[in-house]
Amino acid sequence: MKTKLIYSLAFMLAVSLAATGCRHKPVNVTPMQAGMTPPPPTEPSAPTLPPGPPMNPVETPTATGIPMGSQDLYENMVQDRAALAAYTVHFAYDSAVIRKSEQANLQSIAQALAADPNTKLLVEGNCDERGTEEYNRSLGERRALAAREALAKLNVDPSRVFTRSYGKDKPADSGHDDAAWQKNRRDDFVLLHPQSGSPAPASMGGS
Amino acid sequence: MKNYLKICLPLLCAIFAANFGYSQNEITITHEITVLGNTKPIPVSLDGFSGEVADVLKFDLYVQGFSFVTPDAAQYQISGSNDGNVVGRVADKFARTTLLTRSYTGASLRRQAHAFADDIVFAVTGKKGIGQTKIAFKAQPSGNGPGEVYVSDFDGHNPQAVTHDNAIVSKPSWTPGRLGLYYNSYKLENPDIFYSDLSTGQRRVVARYGGSNFSPAASPDGSKVAMILSKDGSPDVYVSGADGSNLKRLTTGIEDSSPCWSPDGQWVCFATKIAGRRLLAKVPADGGTVQVIHTAGAPNPTEPDWSPDGKWIAFTSQTSEFDICVVSADGSAPPTVLVRGQDPSWSPNSRTLVFNHSVGYLQTLSVLDVFTKQVKDVGRIAGSDSEPAWRKDLNL
Repeated sequence: MKTKLIYSLAFMLAVSLAATGCRHKPVNVTPMQAGMTPPPPTEPSAPTLPPGPPMNPVETPTATGIPMGSQDLYENMVQDRAALAAYTVHFAYDSAVIRKSEQANLQSIAQALAADPNTKLLVEGNCDERGTEEYNRSLGERRALAAREALAKLNVDPSRVFTRSYGKDKPADSGHDDAAWQKNRRDDFVLLHPQSGSPAPASMGGS
Repeated sequence: MKNYLKICLPLLCAIFAANFGYSQNEITITHEITVLGNTKPIPVSLDGFSGEVADVLKFDLYVQGFSFVTPDAAQYQISGSNDGNVVGRVADKFARTTLLTRSYTGASLRRQAHAFADDIVFAVTGKKGIGQTKIAFKAQPSGNGPGEVYVSDFDGHNPQAVTHDNAIVSKPSWTPGRLGLYYNSYKLENPDIFYSDLSTGQRRVVARYGGSNFSPAASPDGSKVAMILSKDGSPDVYVSGADGSNLKRLTTGIEDSSPCWSPDGQWVCFATKIAGRRLLAKVPADGGTVQVIHTAGAPNPTEPDWSPDGKWIAFTSQTSEFDICVVSADGSAPPTVLVRGQDPSWSPNSRTLVFNHSVGYLQTLSVLDVFTKQVKDVGRIAGSDSEPAWRKDLNL
């Protein structure tokens, strides 16, 4: 009886110690490695940026909008920001709809493009500072595309028109009130001229 | 016999009491009520630390749901010293046990303190802490215009510039499995998508099509990248391989933005606009039908981020202010509005969010524990810091 009790007590003691042992941790040492932070990024001395991937065929579910040519088609052209500065198109809050009041500006732009077939057009969409950053980037792009589509209806070949969005990163007015916001919700139009000396497009040559 | 009982019984009682107390404590942890925005913090006391080590421990533990009380009122008593190296101990007052005794060597006291904070979090909650994690973000001298992409510790310390372009940048996104970032930069004038390898400093163009190229988001396995392109005449969601190859259009919405991934890589979640209303939606990453994610009660949702555990989608709701909201990813519960702010990004352990909020006309980064709503600002790097992205894989 005594022996049995001793054994059973000893057994229970052993089991209890085994169960509790894990929470009485010995003093552990964690050596910190020196290289936890990434090495400081270094810019290549002359950063060469390879061209983007080729225009792969794209599976387009239900295409909306008018496809755009690549940036190569205009990136070497000369930008004239003054020529069409008077025809900036403005938008209502959180809207990319071209208002009737803005149609005259688009007609003037269409006329300028018709007057010189060598030119192309860059439309820059912008937003006021309200709205989240990436949302505004998409809204600005939609505003630029809205002008491109409106110009297509005015018989401007959309292959001459390119877009980009600045979101809220390029305000025309740095103020923080209604007056500033109205000025900032806009499309700026940049006329693109061929570099002097570069050959005229094939369609214009010969005659 | 009586003698044995005299000796053994008190011993047994003590052991059982200790065990019982421990079990009770385990039950408490298991049944910890974790309601978004409405969970009580875990009361701890902090003794023996000073200066930067005390600051780091307080910051790390506060934004992971701990509150600081006197040793008498504490559930866990944290004590130790930082004389040369950090030495720490965590005692469970109720169970009368020591959960952790550990010392740290090497690197800086600051990093030792982060490591101790992580060990405390793991000892108490069983989850990996965030003390040694990294974020990326954009930093601008003013509230708009040119800026640079930065990486730093999650609390904003040790900032390092990734770009040196003085160009408009946006939306950095870590690539899981590689030490690198996607981001949008206007360096070549147009908004294009770049990838920077942080170990070599080299970078390459990922998307430079006609129109705008922005809002890159690496897939959870790092093999793909989602983005917004307008080359087909509408700002929509596209997915390509990690290097930009094999591009595929996923959506044809009028105006889509801010793609992110489900942690299993099966879905791309994004903000869209249908009949003039802003909504969150998801589309199969291989293409398919767009499904709306219901966020009723949190109007004008944008900037979704899906938690690594798959349970939640955090996003920004816009009324007259911006609010950080969280909705269950399976639609089983309505959204919870947490705090004022924009552009949330989940921590690797799906418990904390980093986001930005307005201070005047500039943005400051902040870290939020979604369960207790305890929030602290991160040290400011530039005039305006925004669009934070939390690195999801823990081991750099």
